[in-house]
Amino acid sequence: MSEGRIVKVSGPLVVARGLANPKMYDLVKVGENLLMGEIIELRGDFASIQVYEETSGLGPGDQVIDTGQPLSVELGPGLLSSIYDGVQRPLDVIRDKYGNYVTRGVEEPGLDRARRWHFVPKVKKGDRVVAGDILGEVEETTVITHRVMVPPGMEGTVLQIQEGEFTVEEEVAVISTSSGERPVTMLQRWPVRKARPYIEKWAPHQPLVTGQRIVDTFFPIAKGGTACVPGPFGSGKTVLQHAIAKWADSQVVVFVGCGERGNEMTDVLLEFPELTDPYSGEPLLKRTILVANTSNMPVAAREASVYTGITLAEYYRDMGYNVTLQADSTSRWAEALREISGRLEEMPGEEGYPAYLGTRLAAFYERSGKVICLGSDNREGSVSVIGSVSPPGGDLSEPVTQATLRVVKVFWGLEDRLAFARHFPAINWLNSYSLYLDKTEDYWRDEVDPVFPDLRKEAMAILQREAELLEIARLVGVEALSPQERLIMESAKSIREDFLQQNAFDDADAFTSLRKQFLLLRLIISFHRWAQDELEKGKDIQELIAAPIREDIARAKFIPEDQLHRFDDLEKRIREEIVPVRAEVPSENRGT
Amino acid sequence: MLKEYLTVKEIVGPLILVEGVEGARYNELVEVEFPDGSVGLGNVLEVEENLVLLQSFEATSGLNVSQTRVRFTGKSLELPVSRDILGRVFDGLGRPMDKGPRIIPDKRLDINGNPINPYARDYPTDFIQTGISAIDGLNPLVRGQKLPIFSGSGLPHSRLAAQIARQSGVLGSEEEFAVIFAAMGITFEEADFFIQEFRSTAAIERAVLFINLADDPAIERIATPRMALTAAEYLAFELDMHVLVILIDMTYYCEALREISAARKEVPGRRGYPGYLYTDLATIYERAGRIKEAKGSITQIPVLTMPDDDKTHPIPDLTGYITEGQIILSRDLNRRGIYPPVDVLPSLSRLKEKGIGEGKTREDHSPLSNQLFSAYARGKEARELSVILGEAALSEVDKLYVRFSDQFEDRFIRQGEYEDRPIEETLTIGWELLGLLPRAELKRVKEEQIKKYMQRGEAD
Repeated sequence: MSEGRIVKVSGPLVVARGLANPKMYDLVKVGENLLMGEIIELRGDFASIQVYEETSGLGPGDQVIDTGQPLSVELGPGLLSSIYDGVQRPLDVIRDKYGNYVTRGVEEPGLDRARRWHFVPKVKKGDRVVAGDILGEVEETTVITHRVMVPPGMEGTVLQIQEGEFTVEEEVAVISTSSGERPVTMLQRWPVRKARPYIEKWAPHQPLVTGQRIVDTFFPIAKGGTACVPGPFGSGKTVLQHAIAKWADSQVVVFVGCGERGNEMTDVLLEFPELTDPYSGEPLLKRTILVANTSNMPVAAREASVYTGITLAEYYRDMGYNVTLQADSTSRWAEALREISGRLEEMPGEEGYPAYLGTRLAAFYERSGKVICLGSDNREGSVSVIGSVSPPGGDLSEPVTQATLRVVKVFWGLEDRLAFARHFPAINWLNSYSLYLDKTEDYWRDEVDPVFPDLRKEAMAILQREAELLEIARLVGVEALSPQERLIMESAKSIREDFLQQNAFDDADAFTSLRKQFLLLRLIISFHRWAQDELEKGKDIQELIAAPIREDIARAKFIPEDQLHRFDDLEKRIREEIVPVRAEVPSENRGT
Repeated sequence: MLKEYLTVKEIVGPLILVEGVEGARYNELVEVEFPDGSVGLGNVLEVEENLVLLQSFEATSGLNVSQTRVRFTGKSLELPVSRDILGRVFDGLGRPMDKGPRIIPDKRLDINGNPINPYARDYPTDFIQTGISAIDGLNPLVRGQKLPIFSGSGLPHSRLAAQIARQSGVLGSEEEFAVIFAAMGITFEEADFFIQEFRSTAAIERAVLFINLADDPAIERIATPRMALTAAEYLAFELDMHVLVILIDMTYYCEALREISAARKEVPGRRGYPGYLYTDLATIYERAGRIKEAKGSITQIPVLTMPDDDKTHPIPDLTGYITEGQIILSRDLNRRGIYPPVDVLPSLSRLKEKGIGEGKTREDHSPLSNQLFSAYARGKEARELSVILGEAALSEVDKLYVRFSDQFEDRFIRQGEYEDRPIEETLTIGWELLGLLPRAELKRVKEEQIKKYMQRGEAD
């Protein structure tokens, strides 16, 4: 600990002099209220500090204390169901103690010190353990078992371990290492700007099932992958992020509300305890950690919030879980970076953003991945990262979007044009992409249905053909199209309205299992194939379009998950309605 | 005794640099005494060991380097509040300008406020009936929401804002309400329109007005919305009132912010606006909302004029990213004489899902509005097509859609400035309009709802 004095205050940036041997990214306490801050620049005797709290009232001569430690988070049982600010202060505790407004200089630990957890050992006295080995387990919530691991860098023989009720600070085991006996508690600390270690990283190949049809079927993200959701305001970024947080099949979700609306965090807080996880049947909040740094909270803490979030995500990954981190929105994080950079009077890059924007973003997304965790049992865990981007004016050429697109593998391009027509999720199916499409194909083939990849390709081809035909129709009118082309237009409309469109607020429609996605798409494509066949045999296009079955296809997405057999009846009815009794089976209709 | 300094070194636009100051604090309020003896206010933007950079809230004309006196008050800019502020008119810095008595303060509140703890917030769910179909039916406002009006010069945003202020009420509730009106940089005539409007409906007794006119110092505008919101927080969370705050016009506020940023030679973001514009606007807009266990609420309607009707201009753009939706006015509708000229397609209310439906308005509200939206979008598209190709090129269904969208604009959107349409009536008109379309096209409403409401519409 060393002490210095403030010489300059400019917004969230404070310059101090006289600290003995300060290090970059040391955590400091500023002023008499002991506001939290971090050293971000050193010049001779002067240290520039970004302060995580409102700096009003600070002035030259005020004290600055260097803790000598980097900004760290507390890791241990009790993280799940919590809501933290950008530097892991528990907002619920702060409200109970200090009232409705976020006051300054509040110091509250991230983990509850008084709560006792039932610790069950998984190793015995005398066992040899290495870093990452699971010493014991705690039932953190009814959904997630918290695995207490040997901290990174520790290795040795278990001298002492016992079952019982412990607080996070009490020692649960003692390990004899080459450098002496070391006690282990359930509480560990980790600096947020440093990625947690693992044995090996693998390329992801398993899809993260989100229950969102356009995502899972056309633009899937893999477990351990990265995705970005750019879109102008009002295009439904947050609704999509929330939907994925609700329905994704990862065991733990870390949701970072980074510089966004206060009411959105409230929405999550009120809704998640009520909503049931489709996989475990328990409330969603039991597997969720919220990091909330809303737009009106201090800007420097916004910069730290994504790192806090990803460190928490990595910790659960290390236990062998699949974790999804969602950051909404990375643009606000980049703006925080820009503001601090401006105060440091750094030479700006594009649009005032610092020149290191790209490297910082890349380094953040690279903390995602599917890994073999530390420890001798070779367990696997993953962190998938989904970041939303808020490009000014919806202009994707701006620096944050461009820097993000260079690193992420999935692009869900939201469009306000679609949102205005109430086509949700407003993901543009023509310019979005997923580089995991090929890698996840085997999974679909094996787990859902072998013909699925072909169905998907056909559906996408229809959509692309529609885009071309629309151009023509716009110039010469719909009537000028051939019956075959008319059918393409109708089928594309059906794919758009009956498959891609999904209502996040409708109980039956909000989540669609992979099986149902397959059945629904097959239904639409079946109609298309049979109708194509009939057209060739000379049937009138109007008659096909008017077939009553089409209305049932339109309502098929509302078929509940436990009544999927109804799809078979619909398939049958397609044939009955549009194919005259001569009934030859068209060659493409394998599997129907 | 306040320390007084005569050591002004530089005056650049609204900025004043003072030397040899001891013990100055960041964001502290200062008094600036002009050579002619008048006193203005300012605050500290940056402090170094013996240099202080101030921004003056008054115009700096008449200041000089040698005779200007600067006093550091040791506190931040505050607003004296009490129940008596209701019915009063203040200037942009919170000083009475209606010749009424001085406010005897119950409290003095720092105008910068503190961010509401997200955990303390309660989600806005109470539907506010504004009596305007384009808002109630499609983009409903709820208590605690911040819903801006994006307008353009020459569009009737003032009339619309006044109509909302006049008619707003929550279904079946008789709670205490107040309107706070903050004018930033608008003309005397516009401000007068509102004052007369409040007077004529006797709403002035429930209103607090903060007026910074176009010829008042631009820098004063930085404080005006914060004054208004501090008063709003006091009325809402200490006196349990439901407060509607109208901020007009945010564009001028942002321009004042740009002026200071430019004078400080900061690296600009887009179009010369400072990089922290988003954060700064958020500290204003995020002061709307509800707090758990508190009876009152703050609903905000900021009004801004989009330069050249451009929604991608930084001011509407950043506002849209913070607020919970937006009501956009359309020049095209206005030209065709439709009042209120609400462009419903790009307009949006993000909080509507939880504010409407069974027990709030009616169970069919949400599906009906979705159906109206998509039908109107399709109709407008078809109408554009018919402009290029002629009506004959449209399919029969598309012709129906065109008819629908014409009727929709004429009967649903259009209404009188003093017409207060109950939500039931708005929904009934909606169902009647859907009756123009073939049943098979109505994919977003449920069969039972069609039976229940459309038939009733036809029978009437």
